[in-house]
Amino acid sequence: MKSWERNMVNDEELEMLLEELFRACGYDFTSYAKASIKRRVNRLMVIDRHPSFAELFYRLKHSPEYLKHVVEQLTVNVTDMFRDPAVFKMMREDIIPQLASYPVIRIWHAGCATGEEVYSMAILLAEANLLHKCLIYATDINPSVIINIQKGIFPLSAMKQYSENYIQTGGKKDFSEYYTAKYNWAKFDDSLRIKMIAATHNLVSDRSFNEFQVIFCRNVLIYFDKELQDKVLTLFDESLENRGFLILGSKENLIFSPIAKKYKAVANKEKIWRKIS
Amino acid sequence: MAQNKLTIPGACIIGGSAGSLDILLEIIDAIPPDCKYIFIIIIHRKKDGESVLRSLLQARTKLPVIEVEDKDPILPGRIYLATPDYHLLLEKESYFSLDYSEKVHFSRPSIDVSFESAALCCGEATVGILLSGANEDGASGLKLIQQCGGKTIVQDPDFSDASYMPQKALDIIKPDAILRPGNVKEVLLPFLQY
Repeated sequence: MKSWERNMVNDEELEMLLEELFRACGYDFTSYAKASIKRRVNRLMVIDRHPSFAELFYRLKHSPEYLKHVVEQLTVNVTDMFRDPAVFKMMREDIIPQLASYPVIRIWHAGCATGEEVYSMAILLAEANLLHKCLIYATDINPSVIINIQKGIFPLSAMKQYSENYIQTGGKKDFSEYYTAKYNWAKFDDSLRIKMIAATHNLVSDRSFNEFQVIFCRNVLIYFDKELQDKVLTLFDESLENRGFLILGSKENLIFSPIAKKYKAVANKEKIWRKIS
Repeated sequence: MAQNKLTIPGACIIGGSAGSLDILLEIIDAIPPDCKYIFIIIIHRKKDGESVLRSLLQARTKLPVIEVEDKDPILPGRIYLATPDYHLLLEKESYFSLDYSEKVHFSRPSIDVSFESAALCCGEATVGILLSGANEDGASGLKLIQQCGGKTIVQDPDFSDASYMPQKALDIIKPDAILRPGNVKEVLLPFLQY
């Protein structure tokens, strides 16, 4: 074995690890994009200082806590508030006004990680005076991030960037009105959270659980292979009302998927689609 | 596990940061118009809505210059530009994946991430080129390209606007060639098996 191979898993080891994760806790990562999931495993080898794959695998098999840690580390939990402000500007100016006539507005943030985007939407809905009649479902595969969504606490150091993003969406308020700073953390106002329902949901194995007018799933599909992407897009299609909106990440697309013909791009660059049949 | 389904003769992957634009343009000019290699460019840059860099490169070559979207197929004779704010990975099933995980060396896209991915995907059919920059990104990825049997080229730090990045690479590997403004064509072409 060459020296560099010792801290990088090969295809067979990766397969072994993914099978063990499925066997031990039911998480199926086998349809994740291979290069991407392999990189997560290699990263884990480095940050947990495993001298070889065998050590990682042994620990995984014998420690339930470590197993939990591996699952958390394999999924990417990086997200921002008002990421790609143009998308949220479009939501504010064009999409949200079209939702106003619904008696109850149901929104699903699928794979929302630590929930920054969920709070971004809650702020826009509050500013449109619609939050009181919304139900915002925030789901992720990772149980530990769900707790964070319920708390609404984010790093204070990110607020400067988020505040700039907020202004770019057309926000007129002082962004700091929405949170209270304490030590290095910003705790967002409880009023933003009253219509949020946070729960674990696994896009790979779990089914649709409601019908929505809006589904956000941004920068989640990139981690899946094409087959799984198609499967998840079909799940969204089954969960979206006619005339509902689907919002993907800025470099994700549905035009090559089986659901494409039922959707019309509302904004090409912003990756907002509307279900038309 | 997936077999390598790539149908390209090789992948030439280029990483650069501060001060790398001029020599990058020389590289683009040196690529033969009927070349079947793919060229992947990882440049640290800010998000710009219209991708000025893509237009700039496209104006100088007949090969299509593509800013990569998720799951775009890997096709011969194309120049692929890493999308700002995503890591860019190559899949053996012959498509790209994007990744929005943690920054590496304060960078996303990170040159190391894509160099490593290219090395693992294309092995000895990889040519890695590291250009001017003021950051240590790229050096360890270039080393892996070499360890996997690929070829490595580094811009001469003495002829780089920012010498730190190429020097970091020279500290840990002996590359197959050194690139300087003016010699790009004669250095590059032999590596493209042309």
